[in-house]
Amino acid sequence: MTFLRSLSRRLKRRLVVIAGLLTLGYLLLPNIVVTVFSFNDPKGRFNYEWQRFSTDAWTDPCGVAGLCGSLSLSLQLAAWATLGATVLGTMTAFALVRYRFRARGAVNSLIFLPMAMPEVVMAASLLTLFLNLGAELGFRTILIAHVVFCLSFVVTAVKARVMSMDPRLEQAAQDLYAGPLQTFLRVTLPIAAPGIAAGALLAFALSFDDFIITNFTAGSTVTFPMFVWGSAQRGTPVQINVVGTAVFLVAVLCVLAAMVMGNRRNRRRAS
Amino acid sequence: MITVIRKNSAKNSSRNSAKDSAKDAGKDGPEAGGDVRLSGISKTYGSFTAVRPLDLTVPQGSFFALLGASGCGKTTTLRMIAGLEEPSSGTVSLGEQDVTDLPPYRRPVNTVFQSYALFPHLDIFENVAFGLRRRGIKSVKKQVGEMLDLVQLGEQARKKPHQLSGGQQQRVAVARALINTPRVLLLDEPLGALDLKLRRQMQLELKRIQTEVGITFIHVTHDQEEAMTMADTVAVMNAGRVEQLGPPADLYENPRTTFVANFLGTSNLIEAEVDSRSGDEIVLTAGDCKLVLPRARCSGPTASGGRVLVGVRPEKTSLTHADEAGGIPAGRNRVTGTIADSSFLGVSTQYVVDSPVCPEFEVYVQNIDRDPRLVPGAEVVLHWSPAHTFGLDAAQDIDAGTGTVGPDEGMAA
Repeated sequence: MTFLRSLSRRLKRRLVVIAGLLTLGYLLLPNIVVTVFSFNDPKGRFNYEWQRFSTDAWTDPCGVAGLCGSLSLSLQLAAWATLGATVLGTMTAFALVRYRFRARGAVNSLIFLPMAMPEVVMAASLLTLFLNLGAELGFRTILIAHVVFCLSFVVTAVKARVMSMDPRLEQAAQDLYAGPLQTFLRVTLPIAAPGIAAGALLAFALSFDDFIITNFTAGSTVTFPMFVWGSAQRGTPVQINVVGTAVFLVAVLCVLAAMVMGNRRNRRRAS
Repeated sequence: MITVIRKNSAKNSSRNSAKDSAKDAGKDGPEAGGDVRLSGISKTYGSFTAVRPLDLTVPQGSFFALLGASGCGKTTTLRMIAGLEEPSSGTVSLGEQDVTDLPPYRRPVNTVFQSYALFPHLDIFENVAFGLRRRGIKSVKKQVGEMLDLVQLGEQARKKPHQLSGGQQQRVAVARALINTPRVLLLDEPLGALDLKLRRQMQLELKRIQTEVGITFIHVTHDQEEAMTMADTVAVMNAGRVEQLGPPADLYENPRTTFVANFLGTSNLIEAEVDSRSGDEIVLTAGDCKLVLPRARCSGPTASGGRVLVGVRPEKTSLTHADEAGGIPAGRNRVTGTIADSSFLGVSTQYVVDSPVCPEFEVYVQNIDRDPRLVPGAEVVLHWSPAHTFGLDAAQDIDAGTGTVGPDEGMAA
């Protein structure tokens, strides 16, 4: 009895930790499976059954026709979409917070529409629009579509930051001999930067793995998510797992680097 | 610290040459200086008038305070001098130069903001160096170091603003403005966020810095004690206009409006009627009292029958028990009443006397020999010298300026 009681007490104390670890495991399990199967040497076309350890796919990631092409296309798309959405979104956010203009309220709610609308609906309507305009489907139409849905995320992230910014900081800069451009570059932009960076990261991630809208607006162009989808019908090369693992590792490394930098800064401040 | 400042001012000439090349507005440097002159300046927002057409000259090198309750237009006036607000009419001149149309970054004027507005992403050193760098000055290290020593923050140079206490942030804000040796330093309620003790300390500090560097300071505040402690000249503002302007002692002793009389310290105001004139003095009646007032100290009507508010400060009034009224020297103004309330303040005792001519007559009595008979309910005679009496036009609101000063901010003791 005493043993049971002490066990239950210990369990109670660790409950939060245990729940956290379980959640983490739930989140990480798919990634672990992907990583493990990136070292598989499958029999046949499907990589769903463990056979034996092999690094073949890691040493030859571009060994599958079309994979690296689609990956590079997706990365380019994500980069351009991030740039476009971040520039436009930042300007929109500043306009919405700083200025009072007609239809400001309408713009404020319309900007959330791409976020709220089902992706399929937006994809179909964009396709209709492009077809009616006679636009040639391809890289440019995908890019336009990606900028549209990334925009609302960037606006949301930047707006929160700009709203919490004291307008007197810019007045202080002007008072200290900074002209409008200097004020923007030296004060406004650095203070808004964390919001802009958050928006940009979000935009990159969203654009990189978007499938539905891309599929509707791509024409014959194939992005990486489309390539994965397409090959899943016919057989899954191990290289897909390699790319998936690599993307996951890059993301984890980015987060770790940010944490280390933040820690170091805090320690320097404390000393 | 004082030696640091001396070194600083010795460097002024070289610093100004750098300033000249970078900034045309600072062409003649702070030595040429000149007065700040506001002519007919006003500001309206839609139908709301923040500042009525205002003429004001602030002499070079003076410590000038704009005093008033919140919303009286004092901050707007300050912002128009800084260039952060565009006047609806009128002009702003610095010395001979009309700066009305110059943007803030071209005016040789710097501001210490109410919330300090320190740049959160820059450390203390870079905050202070900001103005120098924007004017294209490359080697700022020595100057910033000296300025930080002046405000006793040399050790904190590499900290971020949020790591400093309120008082330290305030000093950074002053250093950041002062390092540019502006012709005018504008201070917008810079001590408002500090606790009382720190505020007193910073008042003396700012006054000392101003005396050392000799730059014109224009200080906006709602704290009358702060204005009187620090400034050479105080302008009392009310509802967008300057009510009265002068040295603090002059404003306090000779208020010309009920607003000034009540806003600066406390005044006992008695409604009276001019009875007669004898030489330089006016004799007035209030109830059955006869009060004497020097004619020169009356800004109200002086012809007989004129309605005047007779005023006297609480600390200039004496309190005598009615039994000893015979001992009061002749020639003093007297009012009778009953003590309604008394509070012991340590240095002095504050009495509130209910008098037929003035329902809440306040008196401060120094605690030298306390008369045990002076308790609530006692019959007393209040008396004071006619020379300490002032007269105001009774056409004004007798209570103007009273509600705006907290009890702890009064002129007690």
